[in-house]
Parts: sequence; structure tokens; C-alpha cells
Amino acid sequence: MKFDAPQKSPAGAEARAVQLPTLRFLTCGSVDDGKSTLIGRLLYERGLIFDDQLAALARDSCKFGTVGDEVDFALLVDGLEAEREQGITIDVAYRYFSTPARAFIVADCPGHEQYTRNMATGASNADLAILLVDARKGLLTQTRRHAAIVALLGVRHIVLAVNKMDLVDYDPAVFERIVREFAEASARLNFRVVTPIPISARLGDNVSSPSRHMPWHEGPTVISCLEAADVEDARAERPLRFPIQWVNRPHGDFRGYAGTIAAGRVRRGDEVVVAGSGQKTRIARIVTMDGDLEQAEAPDSVTLVFADEIDASRGDLLCDPLDRPEVVDQFAAHLIWMSEQELLPGRSYLMKIGGRSFPASVMEIKYRLDIDSQAKIAAKTLRLNEIGFCNLVTSAPIAIDPYEANRVTGAFILIDRADNGVAAAGTIAFALRRASNVHPQPLAVGKAARSRLKRQKPKILWFTGLSGSGKSTIANLVEARLLERQAHSVLLDGDNIRHGLNKDLGFTEADRVENIRRIGEVAKLMIDAGLIVLCAFISPFGAERRMVRDLVEPDEFIEIFVDTALEVCIERDPKGLYKKALAGQIKNFTGVDQAYERPEVAEIVIGAESLRPEDAAEIILRYLKDTETFYVT
Amino acid sequence: MKIEGLRQALDKWKFDAAFGGARRDEEKSRAKERVFSHRNAAQAWNPRDQRPELWTIFNTRLNPGESMRVFPLSNWTELDVWDYIAAEKIPVASLYFARPRPVVRRDGALIMVDDDRLPLLEGEVAEMRRVRFRTLGCYPLTGAIESGAETLEEIITEMRAATTSERQGRVIDYDESDSMEKKKREGYF
Repeated sequence: MKFDAPQKSPAGAEARAVQLPTLRFLTCGSVDDGKSTLIGRLLYERGLIFDDQLAALARDSCKFGTVGDEVDFALLVDGLEAEREQGITIDVAYRYFSTPARAFIVADCPGHEQYTRNMATGASNADLAILLVDARKGLLTQTRRHAAIVALLGVRHIVLAVNKMDLVDYDPAVFERIVREFAEASARLNFRVVTPIPISARLGDNVSSPSRHMPWHEGPTVISCLEAADVEDARAERPLRFPIQWVNRPHGDFRGYAGTIAAGRVRRGDEVVVAGSGQKTRIARIVTMDGDLEQAEAPDSVTLVFADEIDASRGDLLCDPLDRPEVVDQFAAHLIWMSEQELLPGRSYLMKIGGRSFPASVMEIKYRLDIDSQAKIAAKTLRLNEIGFCNLVTSAPIAIDPYEANRVTGAFILIDRADNGVAAAGTIAFALRRASNVHPQPLAVGKAARSRLKRQKPKILWFTGLSGSGKSTIANLVEARLLERQAHSVLLDGDNIRHGLNKDLGFTEADRVENIRRIGEVAKLMIDAGLIVLCAFISPFGAERRMVRDLVEPDEFIEIFVDTALEVCIERDPKGLYKKALAGQIKNFTGVDQAYERPEVAEIVIGAESLRPEDAAEIILRYLKDTETFYVT
Repeated sequence: MKIEGLRQALDKWKFDAAFGGARRDEEKSRAKERVFSHRNAAQAWNPRDQRPELWTIFNTRLNPGESMRVFPLSNWTELDVWDYIAAEKIPVASLYFARPRPVVRRDGALIMVDDDRLPLLEGEVAEMRRVRFRTLGCYPLTGAIESGAETLEEIITEMRAATTSERQGRVIDYDESDSMEKKKREGYF
């Protein structure tokens, strides 16, 4: 073991006169460009590797180390067993250190493409990125990819650390060539400050003290650059944005709205507006644990008391009446796809923004961004780690800002409704004008009036199940019974719709999603007409069935699962389709080579194989009576 | 022992989330953990496939049987905790302050001998030393440090000059270098 003798300066040996706020930064760049080594070196030179950790490091360096008999600093941050065994970084690690000038939180991010989503996790809360480049290799695909991702996530300050200068004889020409190359590659990425520094993380050149080997470098060392970085985004000077996190009502005499000010400031007496409803009020009190304030600003956490009783709850956005966010249900955004399941336009995801979640879907993928060339490529889907620019639609209007203007009200995640994992991270680009210019036309005759005229409550009876399960047979019987009762109904059948409205659609997953989306919208129009709508579609995916459910009132959607075993359906095979599918003549056939997701919350389950279709129809009719669908005279 | 008790309690009451005071600066596998740390139906942490966690938008959705461990103090450092205790005048256990206490040195750690739960090994003799605890874990697996810090201010001063890490007193961390990760995968906090 040998160490370069460091300037041992424990954090406590110096006065802690912290002038600038804590700097959150990340290290990124291609695999093996020395990210973890640089952090290890920074901590070591600041005297922040404790004796027992150094002893453990020395042990581990013998066991896993990749740098001969020297201490392998990367092992300090690669904390997971799998990482140490494979010598790679899988997930982001956070480290904390301070100098007399400033405190730092550093996120050490993985370089491999397959862990891009972990890298984005680290970048989402950072204000500065150290982008490492191996002096021998220059810019690599992964370097460009990381530059693009940090730019997308709003990081505007870059330290371009050209590492391993010791291996190119500290040649200034190599350094300058890489700096030029990066300037070209990043021209469109909107970075505000790029500081290039030639370093050797392994030997400590230009890390915390100027390198003896590179007197030609006139710029700062890594540490002095980090200490001086001014990443202030003047959040407090922007228009007020206060997402309500919690309504605090300990007793009848107090109602406070608690949250963190995302932008701007509030003073007692200020007029504010709830973005969604447009209701206005004034700030009566600004309450904190240590007493009331006259004024508060971003990023303070406070509780606001209003002068008037207005309707506001968790997830609502309070703002400056003179500078409001857009309130829309359609917008354009960049998505970083993070799920193994590819993006399906039209599929319903759960969108979380501020403290609020609601259904949303991608209407259209405008293009996929090719990271290497920055080219915009036409795409029908996004796969894991791909970046796309998309139009999204939400189930209700939401208050948004462009991500560039506000990193709180402009950022969201999409959650997969089947497995509850994070499907994507999104940054809002702009609201779509067509959303705000096409206002819903108030109808003179409403659903309630039609309902009274027809003496029934409108319902969707959604039959789902495998091909041949008996959906259409039962639905037809139910409709005949409804006619006997003089109820008003309509039946939408899968095969019939595919001959007309949906004849442009095939049977891929994406087309099946669009098929159901259109049928859902048609069913909704018929609900507005006061009808009982019978829909008989295989509808194999839970997400789409839920999407239709969300289109209408909670008691208007009745899911009927015709639960017939696959073997029975294959035996029946009324249209000879299973035979063809099993012979490989039909692709994407549900139950054969495409999965059917069984409903978890169906209102009615029909075990059709043991039940006569007439009895199944009777069960459904009874359900309709029991839920007071028909008006009784 | 701690893992088993914790798992039994969480299984019994089926809590969706359990809050913990763990911090990322404590230990290298904790440095990797999310603020909302997802656990599968067996309470296990899968460090190789953690949910992405962007900005401060936390995905709290769970499938049946799954749960969350939540670490609101993830980004605090050990010194932040003591600064906060001093600022808010929070009372803390007396074991954190240096006093003369009977200890034996075992496997490099100073283990306190204050009752007969700790049978002395042959040749071991308890001696009085001025010690305090930087971290309090299972007895008798937590070692003390020699210290003269008897007040909050003295602790903070001592901490700023520290050359060893907070968990160096935890014997259980030392089974192997990745021992904490192993325990966390089994359901430890």
C-alpha cells in the first residue's frame, strides 16, 4: 500500500464559516472514466475518510481492487456487494463532505446504459454535474448520453473533468482537443457554465491543489470550482407557487394549508389564487413552529391561513393572481422511460405531480431523441432508458409550468398501474393550446334530464373474458331482457366495431390499447345519452379496463368478468380461431401468445362453464335492479 | 435478533410504511438507499433493482403484501443531528455523554460491563475508563469510545475532529465488509 501524503485536514480543524448554501452535485460519465475514484480522492484529500474506513478500504483493495497494490478509492463509494465484485457502479451513492467554504452532497452515478434510470435519479436533485472524460478515449456515447440527461433534468452547470491526464503525459493538446469536442457536442444543450479542468483523480492532480505537472492550466481545481459555483436560480424572485401538501385542521377554529414554497414569496395580506378553481383569497397568517411570520419565501416550509373560506386541498397549487400557471389537460413533455414494459400510447398511467396523482396517457410520441446524434427519430413506442418528446393528456385539468421555469410544478412521474413501479420521469415543455382553446361546450339538455326521460340510470356493462368465453352470447341475452323491460340500451360488440370505427387497427398491444380507448369514448357519449351500454370485448389489459372505468362516474361502470377456462374456450372455438392461433396462423391471440390479465375488482364474475347463459343474464339483471338502475313508479 | 423481531411486528400489523432514522452517511450500503425504500412481500430490500426516485416525487404505491421503509433524515450527517439536538435542546440518553464506566476490550471494541448479562471471558478484567457511545445498537454488540466529552458542546467539538466513523463501534458491521447490506436484504432497517 502506498498513499500520496494528503493534507490531512479534518472537517473540524477548520472554522465552519459556510457562506454559500449546500451544493448538490453529481459525478457522471462513461464506465471506467474514474467517477468513483474522483469522489474517493476528494474525500481522502479532505481528510474525510475515517481511519476505520481506510483500514476496511485497504482490506477490500486487496480483495477486489483493480489498481495493483494501491488503494482503490472506487471501493469507498461502490457500496453494494455486486458492485464490488463486478467493479461497476449499479446505483447512485450519496456522500457528504464540507470545506471551510461550503457543504456538499455528491451523488455518484452509474455509467452503464442499463442503469440510466439510477443516473437520472441522482441528477434530478443536482445543481451541478462533474462530467468525467478519459483523456485517452475522448467523448464516448455514454458521455454524450449523460450530458443530454443532465441537461434535460435542468442541470445548467458543468465541470468537464478530463481525467487520467497522467496517462497522456499531461499533454495540453489532448485536453484542448476534448474541450473543443465537448463545446461542439453540447452546443444545443443549454448549459450556462462549463468549466473544463484537466485532472488525475488517481494521483490527485488539480483535485484539491493545483497540479505540479500541469502549470499550463490556469483555471481552478475541482474543489475550488465547486466551492465557488454560483447555482442560485433565484427561485424566490419568481412568481409564487405553493403546492398544498396537507390541510391542517386540528380543531374547528383553525384551518392551515401546509407545504413548501416552490417559488416566489408570500407576505401577510397578499392576494393569492387557487390555480385550478380560480378562487381568490388573502393570506391572513403565515404560521411556523417558532411563531407567525410577516413574509416567507422559497424554499421555506410554512403553514398558510386564508382570510376567506375557500375550497382548497392537498395537491392544489396556490399562486400569484397576476402570474398564473397554465391550467390544462394536454401538454408536451420529455419522458425518460424507466420501465421494462414499453410505453403504449393511449394506455392509462398514473401521473404524480406535486402531491397529486391522477390518470394520464400519452396521446402521441412526437419523436424519440437519439442521444448520439441529437437526432429526432419517429417512434411508436419508448423502451427502457429511451428519451422521447410526447403529447400527454390527463383525466382532469392540472396546473403546470414549463420545467425550465419551475422544477417542482414542471416535473412529474408516470406510474405503471399494473405493477405500481415508476414507468417514466417527465419534464414539461409547454401546455398545448388546443387544450385551453377548446372549452367543453355546456349542453342545454344534460345527462340527468335524459336519465329521467328514459326512467333509468345510464350504465356501462363491460363484458371481459377470453375469445369464446361467452361474452357476446350473454350480452345479447341481457339486452333482450332489457328490451322486455322497455329499458333503452345499445350493444357494442368487438367484431362489429372492428369492421367499422376501428377497422384501421390491428392486434398488437398498442392497437389493442387504442381499440379500447375509442370504444371507451363512444360508450361515454352513449352514457351521456342516458343509455345502458353493453360492451363485449376481450379487453385483455387491466390498465385499459381501468381507463374506461375512469371516464365515467364511479357507479356507472360495471365490470363483468366472464371467467371461462382457456381449455373450455379452445374446445368451444366457435369461430375456429384458436385452431388457427395454435397452428401459428394468427399472431397476438389472447390466451395463446398474448396474456390476458384477470380483473381484480370486477363487480360481477360469471363462471360461465357451469352456468347456463340465461342464468348469467338473470344474475346481471338482478344486479341492475339491486343497484336501482330502473326507476320504480 | 433485531431483524426477526422487527419482521414479526411488521407482519403482524401489516403496516404499509415504517419510518426509520437511518442516514446515508452512516454506512456504504445505506448511502445507496432511497428515501422511500421499497420492500417486497418478504420485507426484503433488493439493492440491485431499486425504484427510481426523482426530485421529491415519491412513488408510494404498493402491491399487496409490499411495504416501505421511509428515511426522512436520509440526507442528514451525523454532525447535522448533533447540531439540531443543540439548536432544539432535545434531551438525549446519558450513554452518549462521557462518564467513567466499567469496560472490557474485546475484539478491539470497548464493551461496557454494567451487569451480569455479560459473562467475562477468561483473563478479562473490567476496568474503569472514561467512555461514551457514539451510536447505540444491540447490547453487548456496541462498543464505546474513549472520550472526555461530557456536554453537548464538547460532543460537537469532538465530532468535528473525529478520525473514525460513527459505526466503528458496531461489532455486527464487521462480520464482512458488506454485512450491513446482507442484513438489509433480510429486512433490517
